[in-house]
Amino acid sequence: MPRLKKSFHIKARDFIRAGEASINVQNLLKSMDFDPRLIRRVAICGYESEMNVVMHGGDGTLSIEVDEQKLVLEIIDDGPGIEDIELAMQAGYSTANDDHREMGFGAGMGLPNMKKNSDHIQIESPKNQGTAVRMVFFIPEKGKTN
Amino acid sequence: MTLSEIVKALDATLLTGEDKLDKNITRCGASDLMSDVLAAVSEDCVLLTGLTTVQVIRTAMVAGVGAVVFVRKKQPPQQVLDMATEQGIPLISSPYSMFVSCGRLHACNLTGLDGKR
Repeated sequence: MPRLKKSFHIKARDFIRAGEASINVQNLLKSMDFDPRLIRRVAICGYESEMNVVMHGGDGTLSIEVDEQKLVLEIIDDGPGIEDIELAMQAGYSTANDDHREMGFGAGMGLPNMKKNSDHIQIESPKNQGTAVRMVFFIPEKGKTN
Repeated sequence: MTLSEIVKALDATLLTGEDKLDKNITRCGASDLMSDVLAAVSEDCVLLTGLTTVQVIRTAMVAGVGAVVFVRKKQPPQQVLDMATEQGIPLISSPYSMFVSCGRLHACNLTGLDGKR
């Protein structure tokens, strides 16, 4: 039985509300008393992927599932997908436009930041079938750092 | 240095966060790219930026930024002020450019986000 399972809607191109799902997850994890460093890593990954959906994807969902050992963050959208995942993983590579940069995004650091802050990342993006990003964060044993 | 000393060093205006003026800040980051802020260790730092969008506040919330300074006398929209007030994130408006604002804080011994001077 998961300790927590919750999903939030993400609306494509809604730059005003972009990030709300990740803040909701951050608040949920705070209420569950997780290590602040772990919460920060999850929130950064959620926020980066949420911004990717808002900027490049279609409507989607951000889901969090927590069990005794790990937290799993899954972001799914029905957009055009990522053409070249390997290229998108390179720091500095970006397909963002001026609107995205006006909001402070489009530095080409989203996916590299997500890889750096998660313990495991899996990206599936078959052509024209949307994108699914799954990130796993292991819960450190009490007294150990993560 | 305290937030109050940062406001003084920048001849700045405190927009929100009067209750946080005693907060101690040791590191400083300056960027208009929020992913750069998210990629660094930004907890409890002061963030200098020329952006005044809601995404600056959400980035500050996610990264744990201690205070935000808007450079070039920029005034954020009311929605941004309300969000920062609600979240307890102090906002400051500096009349100086990004370069001069950074220089003034560097002269006050603040380090970069990586702790280097």
